[in-house]
Amino acid sequence: MVLADELAKQQRSISVAEFFEKNKHLLGFDSPTRGVITTIKEAVDNALDACEEAQVLPDIFISIKKVSADIFRIIVEDNGPGIVPAQVPYVFGKLLYGSRFHQIRQTRGQQGIGISAAVLYAQLTSGVPTVVISRTGAKEQAHKFEIQIKIETNEPDIISQQKIDWDRIHGTRVQIEFRSTMAAKKKLLEYLKYTSVVNPHARFRVDLDDEAFTFERVSQEIIACPVAVKPHPHGIEFGQLKRMAVASDLKLIDFLVEGFSRVGKKLAQDMCDKSGLKATAKVSGLSADQLKALLAAMQEVAVPPPLTTQCLSPIGEELIRRGLDKEFQMDFVGARTRPASVFSGHSFVVEAAIGYGGKLPSEGNAIILRFANRVPLMYQQGACAITQSVANVNWKQYNLSQQGLPMGPVLILVHVASTNVPFTSESKDAIASIPEIEKEIVLALQDLGRDLKHFVSRRDKSRVAEDRARAVCAIIPEIAAKVSEIVEKPLVDTTPIEGKLMRKLIVKKWTCDGRITIELNNYTAHQADISIYDISQDSASDAEPKAAFVNEMDGQFTKVWKLVIPSQTVTSVVYTGKGGGLLDIRGIDNNKKMVVDLDV
Amino acid sequence: MSKEELEKKSMEALLRIASAWYDQMKAGEIPSISLPTRTKYNIEYDDASEVWKYGDKESMRTAASAKSATHLLKMAYVIGFIKQQLKENRSSTLREMYYISEGWKRAKFGAQEESNFLIEDLEIISEVPREGFHLHPEENGASIYGPMRIREETRRGMRAIHCQDDVGQAGYTIPNNVENIEFVDHDAKFVIALETGGMYDRLIENGFDEEHNAILVHLKGQPARSTRRMLNKISSTWNLPVLVFTDGDPWSYRIFASVAYGSIKSAHMSELLATPRARFLGLQPSDIRDYNLPSDKLSDKDVEALHAELTDPRFATEYWRKQINLQISLGLKSEQQAFAARGLDFVTKTYLPARLSEMGVI
Repeated sequence: MVLADELAKQQRSISVAEFFEKNKHLLGFDSPTRGVITTIKEAVDNALDACEEAQVLPDIFISIKKVSADIFRIIVEDNGPGIVPAQVPYVFGKLLYGSRFHQIRQTRGQQGIGISAAVLYAQLTSGVPTVVISRTGAKEQAHKFEIQIKIETNEPDIISQQKIDWDRIHGTRVQIEFRSTMAAKKKLLEYLKYTSVVNPHARFRVDLDDEAFTFERVSQEIIACPVAVKPHPHGIEFGQLKRMAVASDLKLIDFLVEGFSRVGKKLAQDMCDKSGLKATAKVSGLSADQLKALLAAMQEVAVPPPLTTQCLSPIGEELIRRGLDKEFQMDFVGARTRPASVFSGHSFVVEAAIGYGGKLPSEGNAIILRFANRVPLMYQQGACAITQSVANVNWKQYNLSQQGLPMGPVLILVHVASTNVPFTSESKDAIASIPEIEKEIVLALQDLGRDLKHFVSRRDKSRVAEDRARAVCAIIPEIAAKVSEIVEKPLVDTTPIEGKLMRKLIVKKWTCDGRITIELNNYTAHQADISIYDISQDSASDAEPKAAFVNEMDGQFTKVWKLVIPSQTVTSVVYTGKGGGLLDIRGIDNNKKMVVDLDV
Repeated sequence: MSKEELEKKSMEALLRIASAWYDQMKAGEIPSISLPTRTKYNIEYDDASEVWKYGDKESMRTAASAKSATHLLKMAYVIGFIKQQLKENRSSTLREMYYISEGWKRAKFGAQEESNFLIEDLEIISEVPREGFHLHPEENGASIYGPMRIREETRRGMRAIHCQDDVGQAGYTIPNNVENIEFVDHDAKFVIALETGGMYDRLIENGFDEEHNAILVHLKGQPARSTRRMLNKISSTWNLPVLVFTDGDPWSYRIFASVAYGSIKSAHMSELLATPRARFLGLQPSDIRDYNLPSDKLSDKDVEALHAELTDPRFATEYWRKQINLQISLGLKSEQQAFAARGLDFVTKTYLPARLSEMGVI
């Protein structure tokens, strides 16, 4: 027997399920800790996609419970449209089974691997079948399944199936048990927090081993479900073209117009001419070589970029800001949604946001939140085109320090939405380096960087001015008092310093022996026609001069004085009280006045 | 300078600062003060006195921002406090002053380093050491043991003390203010300043001071100002050689450097505190090799420090270059007490006599 025969005995086809059993890392099941996150991620992705299709506001419940030393029970329940009973075994019990793989629109899940991979993982580690309950509407009863996967054939194995009563009117509940740990708890909460940022219309309730968390929705707006579009001539490959041609009974020119987006009669004619094919030829009869010529011609002809409004669903600047405000407390949040763009015939939109200050950690690298089609990317930050693009922006010109990534109290969010997100691998952790996408990310970030710089410099400027006013109006008089005491000379008057330094109306308020003084020094060259608004607990009934207007509300008195202060003169208001409260001067430009509370 | 002269000088200097501010404000100007920059980039070697001093880089502090104004306000309060102290002939520790500042409202210090630093600033501007402000550190000075007689003006009157006969076996404790000590007479040939208490005790126990007429000074690690001032005074008053005996690692060489040439933090006082005649006795890297001493591997930080010393002008001599390069190639460091591996008498009977005669001291 020759060697080839020998080898032939061992050669046989491998089931997809078998393949993935041996290559768990490809799907994000490389470690027990990671398995939890991947499972919840897949289930949540499916739930959000389903709710979007059904046009309901997602209410998603997630529970993780320890059942024995290393076995955890994970439950994800949604209020989506449910799955018809006949399909349930396939959705959960067969790898590569899905409704979205062949569609050209933005969805979270794509290949139909995710959740069934989790079922397989459970089967391999705990041996407990996955329990699925699904109900499609008020008139239907819920169905409960126990499902596993036949590894050799990649077919579902239904252990049991029964009709049950379920309190949800429609929705799906999946319960999976596998070996894991809670080591990734922090990462999991991070994942949910980030998911909630980009899905501000969804509410997540989480029960982590009896610890409850809720990520509330901040938008009541149901997001429009992206609709599928026809393929773009520039985004098609030979195999797909051949499949379409074989299945069509149209003439070539009609096939091009009907089968592809943005192709009209004129462009279709151009393609026919360039490929040397007759416009009236039946496409199903074209040979492989002719199809190759056609494909080449299709690439040559300039076709307008694909329509993006229907097939993509960007989050929008307003909702990104609201989502971030909800989960992070920051001083500044800016967001940009770039116009849609195209790479290799696939449309995509880049959205970005920058948050600054507030409760963000002031040291270390910026926090980077990466999203693809509203799904947070939790792993392989370094390998991702988003991270690369962030590092490629020169942040120093926006006054941020930078060592590769920008540093300091900065949060950067980047969302890439596309009909076909180019991931570096099937575990969908990182976006591949596509120049068109990277360019859009950089443009969005630069735009936001300018906004941030503007915000910071404006804040710093007013801080410097306030700082100086505080020094001159509050501290220098104290220095004067102390120094006069030391040199044993009369108290030196520091008001000339104020006037010299600041050609403004300087208003000082202080409390001394139960008397409140509001002193107004007009160092400007003009007469000041102003109103004092003083809001505090003091009624100021004995005020000198008397207030023009007093109003009480919940124990707070609003006092208003209208005063005319000639240039280079001083006026004051004095009354008995405790001080504190708010003081505002109106009737004069902000940059012409300085209000200092000396009691603070 | 006598105590009265010093007090007069410091009072004048402090009032000068306050008057300058008074005049500035009277003229409608924002008060300001100019201070030398106190970083290693503004340290220069003074050939005449052979010590390291501050250069002429200065920075201006103007009360135009809240931070600078607060700094000047604090300085004003401290000046007022010192003035009061001098007038009433009281004194306080640096820590006490920090606590007293609690009552100064806006001028109160956030941490003691801040008040210590401000006092050093005042020393620089006024050219008066802090003893002139009646301020002293809380920690005791180190100790001294050997054939010398001094008179110390204590708060309880004048005391005459012989540093072998009148002290316990731990020696005479160096007071915070060395200026109050009068150096009467001595019977010593040289001074050995020791880094560790263990070695100081070993030399006393073995009677090294009596056998060789040596004054022993315990440095207690990086020496306090009073200890350095004491060495400076012994060396200049009695013209005795000063030898520094430390561990054999880069950090200990820096102890030697601060004794001999001065430190960055007190570079304004280098002339008073440094002893340029001090020489390095050991432990030398060559000793580790020659005596085959028990040793530890150099850490990355040690090696980094040794390389830094190679570029430090204070170590720019043929002797140090050889020793440091030798240590880098050995990759080892030893503590001075490692000599105990050869017996407790080895250091006093063998090592020190050999090393001292090699240095031409005995």
